[in-house]
Amino acid sequence: MNKPAMPNSFRTGPDEQGMFGIFGGRFVAETLMPLILDLEEQWNKAKTDPEFKAELQNLSTHYAGRPSKLYFAEGLTKHLGGAKVYFKREDLNHTGSHKINNCLGQILLAKRMGKKRIIAETGAGQHGVASATVAARFGYPCVVYMGATDVARQSPNVFRMKLLGAEVRPVTAGHGTLKDAMNEALRDWVTNVEDTYYLIGTAAGPHPYPELVRDFQSVIGSEARAQMLEQEGRLPDVIIAAVGGGSNAIGLFHPFLDDKDVRIIGIEAGGRGLDGIEHCASMNAGKPGVLHGNRTYLLQNADGQILDGHSISAGLDYPGVGPEHSWLRDSGRVQYEPILDDEALEAFQLTTRVEGIIPALESAHAIAHAMKIVPKMDKDQLVIVNLSGRGDKDVHTVANMLGMEI
Amino acid sequence: MTTRIDRRMAKLKAEGRPALVTYIMGGDPDYETSLSIMKALPVSGSDVIELGMPFSDPMADGPAIQAAGLRALKAGQTLARTLKMASEFRAVDNDTPIVLMGYYNPIYIYGVDRFLTDAKASGIDGLIVVDLPPEMDEELCIPALKAGVNFIRLATPTTDDKRLPKVLENTSGFVYYVSMTGITGSALADTAKVSAAVTRIKGHTALPVCVGFGVKTAEQARVIGASADGVVVGTAIVNAVANVLGPKGEKTADPAEAVATLVSGLAQGVRAARLAAAE
Repeated sequence: MNKPAMPNSFRTGPDEQGMFGIFGGRFVAETLMPLILDLEEQWNKAKTDPEFKAELQNLSTHYAGRPSKLYFAEGLTKHLGGAKVYFKREDLNHTGSHKINNCLGQILLAKRMGKKRIIAETGAGQHGVASATVAARFGYPCVVYMGATDVARQSPNVFRMKLLGAEVRPVTAGHGTLKDAMNEALRDWVTNVEDTYYLIGTAAGPHPYPELVRDFQSVIGSEARAQMLEQEGRLPDVIIAAVGGGSNAIGLFHPFLDDKDVRIIGIEAGGRGLDGIEHCASMNAGKPGVLHGNRTYLLQNADGQILDGHSISAGLDYPGVGPEHSWLRDSGRVQYEPILDDEALEAFQLTTRVEGIIPALESAHAIAHAMKIVPKMDKDQLVIVNLSGRGDKDVHTVANMLGMEI
Repeated sequence: MTTRIDRRMAKLKAEGRPALVTYIMGGDPDYETSLSIMKALPVSGSDVIELGMPFSDPMADGPAIQAAGLRALKAGQTLARTLKMASEFRAVDNDTPIVLMGYYNPIYIYGVDRFLTDAKASGIDGLIVVDLPPEMDEELCIPALKAGVNFIRLATPTTDDKRLPKVLENTSGFVYYVSMTGITGSALADTAKVSAAVTRIKGHTALPVCVGFGVKTAEQARVIGASADGVVVGTAIVNAVANVLGPKGEKTADPAEAVATLVSGLAQGVRAARLAAAE
């Protein structure tokens, strides 16, 4: 594969066709094409509208609880004995993860567009909960598609969505995970084009979703950058985030992309190892292909059939990744590394014990990588790990993995 | 440059009747059976064959075609084998047009240039690729047209008059009008609305307009065929295959015969279309 020439800025994409280099685009059925063109037009108007910004700002502050703290993880830092580790505390947001940032932005877009019904897909249930939450807050009916496997392993979130008034529709196709939920949400959207807003939860899908989700999530990186400058007087040396579809990661990374001395690392789900097919490391073990409206790195066989993959973490259990990550990988700006199920589980337990914070299994993947590199770094170096969500939803899965009954 | 599609459509226009376009999933339930089904289609009255290329994630398809694709993949179908099926069919029928229908990723992975070369050599006349709208024409549509393969575009109820010219711009062979907003296999839309849409599209193009999504019976084929240049039937045929498969996928009757019976009925429907319209 040809390496693209180094751009002057890594923050200008996508182009007018919705492409990040060869990645991204609008690979959708004709029925949906007028809808995504309309969304793009409305989004372009909204993003420069002071009223839209003010309403989002107000909700972010008073409803979601932003800004989230940049917390010096002293216990973990001492334990690892290297660089200073900071957590960006997205777990403290309303609904317990970064997903609310995007949902608030998109529900305001849906309102602007006069839509009457919200649909969403979810893996771990974090995005489903955030979608159900904003739908409840703004009085919309909401249908959440969720793989049947995920419904079983994330039952607390399923109940939360139901309490919030959403209808959860289990999807039995494939392995019953995020990929299958997204197919089913697209089938709903193509059927209910008139009144339905599709609230995509990650920075993937057809243009303009990767861009708009990134922009709504970039509040994470913008805050973290300012907070680090204020608390330490300089930028971090390394920033780390877990990548499933990649919305929390692109949100943290994007404001730092042109800070060339900041090393940026995205963590993929290595599952049970990259040798077989039981992982979700699309950028380490997949190749470019077209799925769910965009071209990106995908886990697939030689015939172009998409593979199901595996991760202990439902939120990372997706055979693709947002297109901007694929571009950042090929351009070399961001390094993507796999973390195994076992390593994530160890990070989950360690963080709980030395920090008194139960991280989401997704975030535990990012922490696990910090555990590998931080001990080898100098004590005056600075690392930010995106603690994208809290782990209450994962206690059943973890208990199961540890052979405990609860 | 005329293709088998152009010639067949011109012939049917001269005969004064709409085309019966039949969809089957390549490799469902297995390669040999699928080939025998394909060979039975023209004999039973099908005018154009849409040969489905199975894909793991068919986002515009309902449960019936999803299941058919999975059966085919499980039986070892690949894009290369679908092309091989077409060329084996060509050995016995050199006139019936074959349109490959499916999703882009298997073609992208096969390699666009290699795919077009092999498709031509296998006797493929046209392509319908669901997830390649006009905005993505550089990917496959333009290379296909250069290679002399028709690129058949879907127009839908959401394709308004403003957008229609863009959709029609690089379309050739025929225009496939999707009768409703939805996935394959849903209930047929209001037929009056469908004929109004066909008339609207005909105002923008001289190409034949075929209507699909939701047509299951001979009666529906007759009604739709009164205004459309062709009627596409997919899910009903795929179901005819599924209906003669047991719980473990074993055949309880001959799928080719089951499909032939259905298609013969549909063929009578389209042949009655203009007679009824003239009454």
